[in-house]
Amino acid sequence: MPTESYAPVLPPPQVSMSLLGWLRLHLFSTWYNTLLTLGLVGGLVLVLPPLWHWIFAVAHWQAVTINLRLFLVGLYPSDQVWRPGVLLILLAWLCGGSTAPNHGMMRHVSAPLGAGFVLLTCLLTGSARGIVGGAALALLVGYGLRWRWPHTSRLWHIGWLLSAPVVLIVLGGIEGAGLSPVATTQWGGLMLTLLLAAVGIVASFPLGLVLALGRQSTLPVIRWCAIAYIELVRGVPLVSVLMMFALLLPLFLPASWGRPNTLIRLLVGMTLFTAAYIAENVRGGLQAIPRGQYEAATALGLTWVQAMRYIILPQALRAVIPALVGQCISLFKDTALATIIGSLELLGIAKTVIEQAQWKSITGGVVFEVFSFTAVVYVVFTYSMSRVSRRLEHTLGVGTR
Amino acid sequence: MSPPIPFYRNVRVLAWLAQVAFALGVVGLSWLLLTTMLGNLQKQGIPISFAFLPQPAGFGISEGLPFQPSQSYLTACGVGVVNTLRAAVTGIILATLLGIGIGVARLSHHWLLERLATLYVETFRNVPLLLWLVFTYAAIRDTLPRLREGPALLWGTVLMSNRGIALAWLQTSATYSAFQPWLLAGIGVGIGTWIWMTHHRRGAASPRRALGYGLAVGVVLWVSGFVWTWLTTHLPPVVWSVPRIEGFNYQGGMVLSPEFAALLFGLVVYTASFIAEIVRAGILAVPKGQREAARALGLSERQSFVLIIFPQALRVIIPPLINQYLNLTKNSSLAIAVGYPDLFSIGLTINNQTGQAIPFVVMIMVTYLSMSLLTSWVLNMLNRRLALKTR
Repeated sequence: MPTESYAPVLPPPQVSMSLLGWLRLHLFSTWYNTLLTLGLVGGLVLVLPPLWHWIFAVAHWQAVTINLRLFLVGLYPSDQVWRPGVLLILLAWLCGGSTAPNHGMMRHVSAPLGAGFVLLTCLLTGSARGIVGGAALALLVGYGLRWRWPHTSRLWHIGWLLSAPVVLIVLGGIEGAGLSPVATTQWGGLMLTLLLAAVGIVASFPLGLVLALGRQSTLPVIRWCAIAYIELVRGVPLVSVLMMFALLLPLFLPASWGRPNTLIRLLVGMTLFTAAYIAENVRGGLQAIPRGQYEAATALGLTWVQAMRYIILPQALRAVIPALVGQCISLFKDTALATIIGSLELLGIAKTVIEQAQWKSITGGVVFEVFSFTAVVYVVFTYSMSRVSRRLEHTLGVGTR
Repeated sequence: MSPPIPFYRNVRVLAWLAQVAFALGVVGLSWLLLTTMLGNLQKQGIPISFAFLPQPAGFGISEGLPFQPSQSYLTACGVGVVNTLRAAVTGIILATLLGIGIGVARLSHHWLLERLATLYVETFRNVPLLLWLVFTYAAIRDTLPRLREGPALLWGTVLMSNRGIALAWLQTSATYSAFQPWLLAGIGVGIGTWIWMTHHRRGAASPRRALGYGLAVGVVLWVSGFVWTWLTTHLPPVVWSVPRIEGFNYQGGMVLSPEFAALLFGLVVYTASFIAEIVRAGILAVPKGQREAARALGLSERQSFVLIIFPQALRVIIPPLINQYLNLTKNSSLAIAVGYPDLFSIGLTINNQTGQAIPFVVMIMVTYLSMSLLTSWVLNMLNRRLALKTR
């Protein structure tokens, strides 16, 4: 019996590098890299100390701290701020309940979301420890319930479905039921931004899905209609769509319906606009599914609806998660355009704050303070969205499975 | 012999029925909306008409082509289109240059440069464009000093104040009209040479050489025209003009109004962060073997990038780049937030004056749609020329 001898398996060469070696490799490898390093370091030395000095000694951050409530809820009546607070507790509870221990992909979304709600409660109520504690407790209670009864995801989904009308009713109030009505024109700040983004994302997704399926349809009339809609909407700027709905929606509705309020016009415009982009993203996923999957589904005797529901869409949507989250991020940023229509969401509030009379005596006003704060708020939200998307991709094995 | 399929179970018949029902639904809904709208307009007493277009506008436009309030609404729209294109074209050129720079910097082996480029991308991409516009505009108007107290940078070639930014730039002088024929001739003969070299010469030159000859001929004509005009009239037709403050305004140079400067800055830095990511992804998409093969062939780092990596990366880069150009053009409509008179904001002024909402919306949509379709058509043609030729 012939024996084979193998060369011994060697471990990969150990790369150890001293600090000096690292500097040499990454900053001073060639003469032009050395020059570049010196130039960049010089620039940073020129810029950073004055910036540091401005942030900690010069900047009037009281423009932000005094107006914190304005930034969070806009012109919402100050004696009613407990209502968004209670809603945050409710949402934190739902997040806790949707965070299934050890399994389920939604835990990557709901856990950070719940933490975010608790954090917002801290900001919103400031010293009111009760509500903050309530939100944290609600998150834990929800999680505990789910931990005890893990197979109740359907119940929690129903809870989320019910939460949308509850949020709108609690914020808007009901005449004669202890909740004084608050006009939507008084909603504002980060609350309005989040509301616009959430409703926009949730409402445009099914519409986008239908449009994408329509564009892939074998029936020419339906395909042409879907293509015409998608290309028309994608060819024009969002601000013109919003303006169109602000100006024209009342004209297209019977006069007896009255004039729909600005918030609804905004939401309709934003949803119809985003749906066209989501449709294109989903189409990308649908086109990536091999024909064999469709044929196999048909061979198994599945109807078109069953094939889509169980075979095609789960694969197609998983493939386009990064694109869909990208779309959510851009919708979140696009809510800023509501300012142009006259809504006081985050950016609108920022514009109002810099116009306040008390800052006019300061040279240059508080432009830099207020806008850098607003920019940081946007970055926090968009950056966490992209982190969550990366974890989702990892769990679902996008591109590896 | 199986019995014939009844029509209500025949897939073809059902497909037809579904389509007819869908078409009827769409037509019915449109008809319903249209009649409601016409009824509402009738009640308001504003019938839809484009008759206002030739009437005098009665408002001024702060920048762009010269415009008098006595000129027509249609002319105002034309001025708006030119202003939109001015912002879009300048923005596209600058954003491409900045975006490529940042994208390459993100791939650099230089640690500090790569970190700074990443910081740039994450900052500018994650904040709404509108915030950058409003921020820049407020910063120029509220925090820059007044005209005479503003700083002069780079040896006086850049002046900044709350009245805008003035840059040293080329300016035509009194003898320009004598130089103009040379300019046109240079363009014409240059393009002629290029076409002739590529198509009508035996043993046709390579495309790059033909382009080089065309450019050379054009430039030679321009330079000789420039020198000739200068020698004969003792005044160069195009002069380098440095801005200065005279009275209550800037004189000479190129003056960017606060509105235009804010719009351009916002569009460029925002779009550049997306272009940087596209460029980075495109270069990373080239398989590693290509770089290794280039090294094995003995090409230098620079040669392998210019000849091997970049041409292949371009194929991946161009389609999303076209998308970004279209986005920039559409986003230029946010000019309304800073008061730059682009097509959209002029259209809105007209709508406020005449109450003609439907013609306003139709005109805006048609103009932006045709701009989008034209741009994507031109760039898609370019893309098709670059695309991988497969047999």
